[in-house]
Amino acid sequence: MPTFVRTDKCDGCKGQDKTACMYICPHDLMKLDMDGSETGHAMKSYNQEPEQCWECYSCIKICPQNAIEARPYADIVPLGASVQPLRGTDSIMWTIKFRNGTMKRFKFPIRTTPEGSIDPYGGKPAADITKIAENKFFVEANGYRPGNPSELIAK
Amino acid sequence: MAEFGKPDVVEEEVDILIVGGGMAACGAGYEIGPWLDAAKAQGVDIKVKVVDKAAMDRSGAVAQGLSAINTYIGSEQDPADYARMVSNDLMGITRDDLAYDLGRHVDESVHLFEEWGLPIWKTDENGERHDGSKGMTPLKDGGKPVRSGKWQIMINGESYKWIVAEAAKKALGTDRIQERVFIVKLVNDKNDKNRIAGAVGFSTRDHKLFVYKAKAILLVAGGCVNIFRPRSVGEGQGRAWYPVWNSGSTYAMAAEAGAELTMMENRFVPTRFKDGYGPVGAWFLLFKSKATNAFGEVYMDRNKEMLNDYPPYGQAAVPASCLRNHLMLKEMREGRGPIWMDTVTALANLRETLSPREVKHLEAEAWEDFLDMCIGQCGIWAGENIEPEKKNSELMPTEPYLLGSHSGCCGIWVSGPTDVGAPTEEALGDGIPEHLPSGWNWGYRGMTTVKGLFTAGDGVGASGHKFSSGSHAEGRMCAKSMVKYVMDNKDLQVELDTSVDELMEEIYRPVRTYLEHKDYSTAIDVNPNYITPKMLQFRLQKIMDEYVAGVATYYTTNEHMLALAEQKLEMLKEDALKMRAKDLHELLRAWENYHRILTAEAHMKHIQFREESRYPGFYYRMDKNFVDEENWKCFVNSVYDRTTKTWTCFKRAHKDLVDKSKLFK
Repeated sequence: MPTFVRTDKCDGCKGQDKTACMYICPHDLMKLDMDGSETGHAMKSYNQEPEQCWECYSCIKICPQNAIEARPYADIVPLGASVQPLRGTDSIMWTIKFRNGTMKRFKFPIRTTPEGSIDPYGGKPAADITKIAENKFFVEANGYRPGNPSELIAK
Repeated sequence: MAEFGKPDVVEEEVDILIVGGGMAACGAGYEIGPWLDAAKAQGVDIKVKVVDKAAMDRSGAVAQGLSAINTYIGSEQDPADYARMVSNDLMGITRDDLAYDLGRHVDESVHLFEEWGLPIWKTDENGERHDGSKGMTPLKDGGKPVRSGKWQIMINGESYKWIVAEAAKKALGTDRIQERVFIVKLVNDKNDKNRIAGAVGFSTRDHKLFVYKAKAILLVAGGCVNIFRPRSVGEGQGRAWYPVWNSGSTYAMAAEAGAELTMMENRFVPTRFKDGYGPVGAWFLLFKSKATNAFGEVYMDRNKEMLNDYPPYGQAAVPASCLRNHLMLKEMREGRGPIWMDTVTALANLRETLSPREVKHLEAEAWEDFLDMCIGQCGIWAGENIEPEKKNSELMPTEPYLLGSHSGCCGIWVSGPTDVGAPTEEALGDGIPEHLPSGWNWGYRGMTTVKGLFTAGDGVGASGHKFSSGSHAEGRMCAKSMVKYVMDNKDLQVELDTSVDELMEEIYRPVRTYLEHKDYSTAIDVNPNYITPKMLQFRLQKIMDEYVAGVATYYTTNEHMLALAEQKLEMLKEDALKMRAKDLHELLRAWENYHRILTAEAHMKHIQFREESRYPGFYYRMDKNFVDEENWKCFVNSVYDRTTKTWTCFKRAHKDLVDKSKLFK
């Protein structure tokens, strides 16, 4: 399901040197066509290698203009379907359109804390250098499973 | 002014370099902070850098999200139970020390994920399940997860990586993170060829070559995808089961640096929903669905006697993954396909015991399973008008994948824990190169056989089943041991064994080749002086598919086919020097494909060396179509010589550290 960029919605992230989709694509697929020489659409981005698209939807989810959609792989899927998300800060909404017109909508939580709120070491202890060669981590989160020593037959 | 083919050189000296940005890198990036502070208090100031070829928010195998955390031990199970499961699923040849150690640490990371904001499904006191947004008791305080299997717990994981990356990025600070730089080569120490000294790569955005000098390097760049011809070769070739950007960089760069690899013959051939590769775990384990042949017969029942051909691995309550494929492939080979996932019956059965509210929730759960981690499968369902309660879906075994964190165990031989009874001497001395360590631990947890080079996640071989949470925990273990290594070696001065000019020459060779020859022909892609990375990848995939047990031969090969593959891969490796790169994007692809070739070559050499078929259902050597416990219940390891470009394969003895017979009682 390669992604495609809608000419009527993409604003090239308002002329910044790097678009949101370029920033996020894990496979370096999204490219801003600065002068229109590659697509005929200047200052809009495009998927430069659609057959390498993993359909991870990272670009679709991050696009501030909702300009990116996915068209299911042409060599696999019958035409007419679409799967489109709208990702918020605490949930994501999906609209699924079937080839036969059936529609489904789902909303799922994506995180329980405000985006950007993680305080990585807040309330956590300092590391104890005398324990650097021992098991466990600098902080204990009640998840260390010491195991029953009798299970270790070679010890 | 830098231009294409004439990059600026950025040289940087650090103490610890982390190559990759996935779960393992984020684990290391998080854990390392307090240990750096502690080291500083001892007078050792340690400089760290993370280099990712993508953006950490969405890089690595969890970029798209996940619908489950596949490794959560819980307070009710023992790390030894986990080590037993890992061993049996991988046909008996795994390092119990590594699996056990992971098992005792992994839940610590899961509890942090929940604290950071990852929604984890819970079961209430009435046994009803709730999604992770309901503010129920966290796991660390005794909250009950929703188990979709013995080891798996369900999550609302669309933002799993985003959350884990946020913690790592904040912990590290932006000055310690370099994104969009692809490290393509490790550099050894000039004064000790078995020590790491640095790494080199290039920016995919600017004309810049990055040369890092480092005492310790954590190489965590994922597994390997697309060395075999995929089942879809048009637009759909991007729809790999594992992320298409995992290009074997971990294995190839480690091998070139001289690190000992292990079990590179192992592969994973997941059975998944056909074409979209949607996950089946929740369908089998949570929804209790059955897989059948065309006639509605459950092949795991119909062919169950075949499990007795592979004692004891077929006789555990859950037979090894490869054997489940083995039973399915019989149906396909003998013409009783297609294979169906009977979603209709499964959901109908569940409706009988659930309230209407739960039924509605159930439908959403079935879709969320895909939407969280494999959206393309939803596109296929929508395009083919498949509603799982009304219409069954086809299953299909995929093309082979190489990885060490999911249900596979290829990777790098690393130093394990010292307190679980692991061997300290090598029982099988013959053929092991003398410079390599003896036993299963040599000082620093997670260190490879190259001094200062560490790995985690997909990089660690002979373990497997660590998945996202285990990879994070393994990265954290490495963070500690790297800090210790640097403190122990604070006066060490490393020196690159290759000059920056030579590194530049090598890394930008595809660009030079392109610029030199591009005007020879009118069609840019057809030119006798170079090969495009894309065509080189097709050639690799054709060789692997047709000779090294890909889907074209129903996963079969033999010594004669392997000998042909060997010759063809050698020529391919020679031709890799003639790859072109017409822009930085293509230079990225060129180096990814070079890494794929080396990984594929290791895979082929190991299959050739292991004279048995250890993983029926994943591959068959038809000339040795049996499991030979007497001669081959051992690790197959190898080292690569980057100057002669040759591999040396050898055996290392296997030993059980936990009692496996408990699986069969």
